[in-house]
Amino acid sequence: MGETSVNFAKASTTALQDPQLRANFRRAMDGLMSKRAVQFADSREWNAVRALGASVRLRALSKLPELLEKLEANCTRNGIRVHWASTTDEANAIVLSIMQRVNAKLVVKGKSMVSEEMHLNAFLEQHGIESLESDLGEYIVQLDEAMPSHIIMPAIHMNTKQIAHLFKQKIKDAEYTEDVAQLTDLARRILRKKFAAADVGISGVNMAVAETGTLCLVENEGNGRMSTTVPPVHIAVMGLEKVVEKLEDVPPVISLLTRSATAQPITTYVNMISSPRKDGEKDGPREIHLVILDNGRSAIYADEELRNTLRCIRCGACMNHCPVYTKVGGHAYEAPYPGPIGSILVPQMEGLGKRGELPHACTMCNACVEICPVKIPIVEIMGRLRAEAVHPGDAVKGAGARASKAEAMVWKGWSMTYASPLAYRFATGLLAKLGNAAPTSLPLLKEWTNVRAKPRFARRTLHDLAREKGIPDV
Amino acid sequence: MSEARPTDSRNAILGKLRAGRDAHPLTPPESDFTVLRDKRWAPSERLDRIKTMMEAVHTEFLETTEADWPTAVQDFLKAQGTRTLLYGTATEAGQRIAAAWADGGPDLVPYDGPVETFKERLFDGIDAGITTTLGAIADTGSLIVWPTPEEPRLMSLVPHMHVALLHADQLYDTFWQAMTENRWADGMPTNALLISGPSKTADIEQTLAYGVHGPKRLVVVVIR
Amino acid sequence: MSINGETVPFSGPRPDSVYYFGTCLVDLFYPEAGMAGIDLLKAQGLRVVFPQGQSCCGQPAYNSGYREEALKVARAQLDFFPGDWPIVVPSGSCAGMMKKHWPDLFKGEPDEARAKQVASRVWELTQFLVQVLNVKFEDHGEPVRVTWHASCHAQREMGVVEEPKALLRQLANVELVELQREKECCGFGGTFAVRHPEISAAMVGDKVADIENTGAKTVVSGDCGCLMNISGALEGGKKPVRGVHIAQFLKERTHG
Repeated sequence: MGETSVNFAKASTTALQDPQLRANFRRAMDGLMSKRAVQFADSREWNAVRALGASVRLRALSKLPELLEKLEANCTRNGIRVHWASTTDEANAIVLSIMQRVNAKLVVKGKSMVSEEMHLNAFLEQHGIESLESDLGEYIVQLDEAMPSHIIMPAIHMNTKQIAHLFKQKIKDAEYTEDVAQLTDLARRILRKKFAAADVGISGVNMAVAETGTLCLVENEGNGRMSTTVPPVHIAVMGLEKVVEKLEDVPPVISLLTRSATAQPITTYVNMISSPRKDGEKDGPREIHLVILDNGRSAIYADEELRNTLRCIRCGACMNHCPVYTKVGGHAYEAPYPGPIGSILVPQMEGLGKRGELPHACTMCNACVEICPVKIPIVEIMGRLRAEAVHPGDAVKGAGARASKAEAMVWKGWSMTYASPLAYRFATGLLAKLGNAAPTSLPLLKEWTNVRAKPRFARRTLHDLAREKGIPDV
Repeated sequence: MSEARPTDSRNAILGKLRAGRDAHPLTPPESDFTVLRDKRWAPSERLDRIKTMMEAVHTEFLETTEADWPTAVQDFLKAQGTRTLLYGTATEAGQRIAAAWADGGPDLVPYDGPVETFKERLFDGIDAGITTTLGAIADTGSLIVWPTPEEPRLMSLVPHMHVALLHADQLYDTFWQAMTENRWADGMPTNALLISGPSKTADIEQTLAYGVHGPKRLVVVVIR
Repeated sequence: MSINGETVPFSGPRPDSVYYFGTCLVDLFYPEAGMAGIDLLKAQGLRVVFPQGQSCCGQPAYNSGYREEALKVARAQLDFFPGDWPIVVPSGSCAGMMKKHWPDLFKGEPDEARAKQVASRVWELTQFLVQVLNVKFEDHGEPVRVTWHASCHAQREMGVVEEPKALLRQLANVELVELQREKECCGFGGTFAVRHPEISAAMVGDKVADIENTGAKTVVSGDCGCLMNISGALEGGKKPVRGVHIAQFLKERTHG
């Protein structure tokens, strides 16, 4: 397999052996699914707003280069400085150079998945800059020196007890409490000091509006508003697909996003930022920078089918509804984006050599496709990536990296047998007679019988029975 | 030296996107906004819906009249034990409060300088902040707030309580209708906000907790 | 048929003949279930044609990333269904492969139009029994409590959700207790079960627990992949619950 591949199977096995983790996810995902269903109980409304949301995203993709140029022009006119980064290294360097110019020592961050993609915290720490997550879930995960396990609810893998222990252990003078209000208040007191002291605020972008040069952020806690309002400099990082054409495109997407993500009709705050502090205004950052990141997205965009991956509005509903994700949790994917969307996005970004197993972390049950608010054909893309992984080509990074002669031979043999009525009859006849003698130590059968009884071949096939019973053949 | 990278990345990215799109152009389906356009409530139902939705996320409501609101707010804050109120001196609302509260009530703190001169006070010791709104949205139970030089952004965020004045005749059905009717796209302010409740989080085992970073309480003063 | 998630009744004339596509799993592991499906259709007065040349819809290779090989096998099926009759399949997953994925698989191929024509005639068995034949079953069995496992592809590719449960509810002595998580995948997923055996085991473990909670001693399903997985896990875990294909269950109850 050439380059080192990340071992999803191993990581997921570890996760499966943690009953607490499994219970945490099961409970959380069950709750999220039923609450979301209530939000979309009116199926006519759901179908209409979903079609509208999908059309907004598709229209944005259909004009992507033009809209990014328009966004840049309108942001620039509004006083927002726009930067372009082909890679995460480049994006980090841009962020660092801004920090160094303003001599920043402390950064407060709102939630941003792109910054996870960039491993921005670690990068800034290396350069002596303290980078503090301010979303409560992200703050918890950062205290725990871990990765988020869900794109919307980063600390969903932990329960209150675990967080209570973490706070006691990591926060100076913290008293042990399992009272959620007290834990939250402790974080509030600590982080408010940090907001006031921070030199720079970093945020993601839920949507950027080309028409007006507006950055939209949705959140419940107020940390996003703090991070984008209190420090003198605000840096927003966004994946290049996050642009929409018009301001009126924002309401349907936000409605789909918040209802799908956390089953809220709307988040506490919808924060629309169009410029830095103007003359006479008393607060808000004096500088706003927008970093537009590619990191493989333009390559994804080049393929007619795969570009649908870029419709995503990062609601995380596919995770909540994925029976695989629900079992193993987000960490098993070892990627900023776990679950179904991660299983198609991450292999395209990082290559099928390294991440070719992720499209197989899926039973193709289509639960995600059923609820995706922008109708991404996730499972079709999953299938396409499985094919790309074993066939050399240039549509996807690492295409063919998982090609195996032996596996290809098996499928070739299978197709020759199954495409020929005679060969098929011979093979099934043989299996009917001898198949049950196969020892359970055989590969595949061994995995199957781990928790299951051995499947039993019938003595006579349906073909045999139909012939015997005189069922007509034509 | 410019801190931005050379324009190489910009041109490379846009070039790749253009080539990719031109090789496989995409025809998007029509965007049909009917579902938002047709979402309507009877004018008499709007306020009830706003209250129901916002109360579900711990927003408090105070009903009053155009003539009485300054004293109604004063009485309410006194009863809550509020010591200090951040306000905009230059707004009509601010002037009415200042005039009506001459005989006492919470201390009025003007937000009249840049935040840099005022940060410590702002973060340490202000109980409440009062702002006007541009109305509210029935669909989601949201206040529309556009901060201004007179009512800066942090007024509705940093004090522990946010008091918001809502005129009962400024109600919209949906966010989309509010934005299109008022032609927001013709000129967006520095910051435009929808606020639908006090700050909250469910990041600890999905247990709701209010007042995580922003206000712990949101009080909507409905003026009829 | 399902439009925007709402089932609309079939309105064409009632056919007098149908093709039966038995599927490769039924062929090897559940031939009695396959025969039961044929018998149910015959009992409705239909002539059932079982082309002996048929083998598999191609899904195993398709889902493993071997599309050429899937195409080769799918193409080999086309010759055997020349008449204009409906093609009834006792599996939502195989039916979904034919109806939904064949058009993509054959895209740009010389026989694309023919493949689409065949695909358009595909019906899942219970869907056909309810929507086209409007069957009414009379129950001859003893009182029994059962639960229903919905296959992912029957639900989400074929839009078959209520039909099988409606059939079970026609049976006077059958008490249907629905699963708490009826829509959740059992963890089979074709090669997934052997590629990620631990996750698959955890998934089927949850499914088994859900089944046990209903108190039913019989779990009925319309897909042999799910059935192999669930029955295998029930048997492996020595649970006193039997898995049975809906065709076989219906035949047992209605033919005495």
